Amino acid sequence: MSEATAVPTTAPSREPSTGRARSVLQSFELDTRLLGMIVALAIIWLGFNIISGGLFLTPRNLWNLSVQSATVAIMATGMVLIIVSRNIDLSIGSVLGLTGMFMAMIQAEWIPKTFGLGFDQPWTWIVTIAAGVALGALIGGFQGFVIAYVGVPSFIVTLGGLLVWRGLSFQLAQGQTIAPLDTTFQLLGGGPKGSLGANLSWLVGGIACLGIGYSLIAGRRRRRKYGFPTRPLGIDIVIGVVGVAIALGAVAVANAYPWPPQLASQYAAENGITEPAGGLIIPTGIANPVLIALAVTAVMTLVATRRRFGRYVFAIGGNPDAANLAGINTKRTILMTFVIMGVLSAIGGVVLSARLNAATVSLGTQSELYVIAAAVIGGTSFAGGIGTIPGAVLGAVVTQSLQSGMVLLRVDSPIQDIVVGIVLVAAVGFDTVIRRRST
Amino acid sequence: MTMGDPSASQMPAPPGPGMAPVPGTGLDAETPEPVTAPPAAAPAPIGDAPIIEMRNIRVAFGGVHAVDGVSVDLKPGEVIGLVGGNGAGKSTLMRVLSGAHPADSGEILVDGNPVSITNPRDAKALGIETIYQTLALADNTDAAANVFLGRELRTRLGNLDDAAMESATRKVMGRLNPRFRNFKVPVMSLSGGQRQSIAIARAIHFNARVLIMDEPTAALGPAETAQVHELVAQLKSEGIGIFLISHDIHDVFDLADRITVMLQGKLVATVDKTAVTKDEVLAMIIMGKKPGEVTETELAELHG
Repeated sequence: MSEATAVPTTAPSREPSTGRARSVLQSFELDTRLLGMIVALAIIWLGFNIISGGLFLTPRNLWNLSVQSATVAIMATGMVLIIVSRNIDLSIGSVLGLTGMFMAMIQAEWIPKTFGLGFDQPWTWIVTIAAGVALGALIGGFQGFVIAYVGVPSFIVTLGGLLVWRGLSFQLAQGQTIAPLDTTFQLLGGGPKGSLGANLSWLVGGIACLGIGYSLIAGRRRRRKYGFPTRPLGIDIVIGVVGVAIALGAVAVANAYPWPPQLASQYAAENGITEPAGGLIIPTGIANPVLIALAVTAVMTLVATRRRFGRYVFAIGGNPDAANLAGINTKRTILMTFVIMGVLSAIGGVVLSARLNAATVSLGTQSELYVIAAAVIGGTSFAGGIGTIPGAVLGAVVTQSLQSGMVLLRVDSPIQDIVVGIVLVAAVGFDTVIRRRST
Repeated sequence: MTMGDPSASQMPAPPGPGMAPVPGTGLDAETPEPVTAPPAAAPAPIGDAPIIEMRNIRVAFGGVHAVDGVSVDLKPGEVIGLVGGNGAGKSTLMRVLSGAHPADSGEILVDGNPVSITNPRDAKALGIETIYQTLALADNTDAAANVFLGRELRTRLGNLDDAAMESATRKVMGRLNPRFRNFKVPVMSLSGGQRQSIAIARAIHFNARVLIMDEPTAALGPAETAQVHELVAQLKSEGIGIFLISHDIHDVFDLADRITVMLQGKLVATVDKTAVTKDEVLAMIIMGKKPGEVTETELAELHG
């Protein structure tokens, strides 16, 4: 990325300056690609903010952006593993739709009506999600089996899946929209009530800070134990401080977005609070879908980088033959990546249907395209073996930022698609050129 | 040279002075070291009982008999040179032993006991390690990830213990290639010699008893080839049995104790290196005729 910013400088001075910039980055041992994406995201945000006259960088817009990015981010973490191991999953939008519809039927039709147990039972949401996630795992496992053990290319299997699962979703509800959903289940879709509020949000921020501190200290300790050179302490401190600042800053922004006045008044009336002049200010805090996305990102990052399974996924992507000859059960590993993808699609189904408070036949349509775009913009290579989970999550935020910014500027939706499409190809093209030059 | 494990003590290891300072083989294209004379390896202590016996192995691809009823055996501390033209079946035979390809029929014995090798994991569990001609490295991961691929070290919580794996890799690479420093980069950015030394490190780190080397020097320059020869001599002196697949008859004569020749999937013969000439082996490879069966004129024609 350092090369990109240094392009305009003249040829003789270019070599040393980029060399030095690169060595500084190297001493941080950070992913330069990830840093480049953060810079790109900052440019997009500032650009939209200037063009929209300060409408983009408001707590309200950023909060909405975080909720919109959550579903794509959740599924993109799984798509990374799929693409890294040289496969593709085109069916995730339909799996999301079918699991969402299945869960809507459970909570709105089968439990209350078929079994006559009543609507809004306290346990309904748990049973519903467990069943939905199980269905997602089953679908993913089935597709993974056909891909890994029968040997049908994943493009074909999941293209078939895209049609089959969407069709089943229609059949399941005879094409009807199923609503309303369980009240507790709805909270998983976000909204003012489906958010953590000020205190819990600060708690999440605090946990994130502890996590950052722990990983830095544990990393140093591990390397010292074997007498390996450690990163300069100052750099670790800088990384820690920046990480903590970002975590706490994000919480502060989420808390700066208050409940809508009407809802706050209603809340005050229900709880017998006298409203102060100018209305009751209730901080919204981190939305539940964002919390789910953060948890999924943390778990998937652990799986991808610290677990044997993740190592095998990357090894298969790098050289399938070598993975086989090393004694890795490549078929089971591939199958598992699709099981994970199915589970994450079902979680996407929970969030999206809860947010709509309904399951429609078109739930999640085309989300596979945005998820694949997020993973690829986030640095996942179709050649296999390369990709990161945080990169894909950032990719999701980038694509959603573009869309949300264009909505803010009242750009027509066909134009939005054109822009996202161009950005996708340009990002990968840019990356390919950079990589070719650096090797 | 020790293998750094308890089982090494069971082997007739060379005495103290000979084992301490192992000269680096330095498989490194960028910094070829001056080739030092091979250490005076103790006279190869070849055992009597075979570690490996392969009996009547058959592998067919469609209607083609890639390996057709071949039997070979290997004793501890012995190097068997496996030679033959393209498509002779030598690599397929070894893929059976390394678990990469199942045999259609036949029997494999380890230490006289019949074993079942259906995948690479089985072979590795029996102490059979393979250095493939393609090296079989996951190019996008670093040296330690490749050395431990499929056999990762883990912490108590089951997470990958990357620091422990890097430490062990530094040790084994220090033995093979002391100048190697690039422990943190994907192996795709390394030179051919460096990649080769990682593949060798992977094979010898886990206390191999049997090593299969498929064309180990095909992609190497003269200096690096000499270093591989030195390594073979060292491993042999530790009592490791080696199958060496090679096209290069000079390589085979330099390193092997016995030579097994295959032609079109069939075993021509296994002969003692000292009992044959290079021309006689060439006649076996090309015409499939054993030393006794070949005439002087036929031998002369080989050079025609």
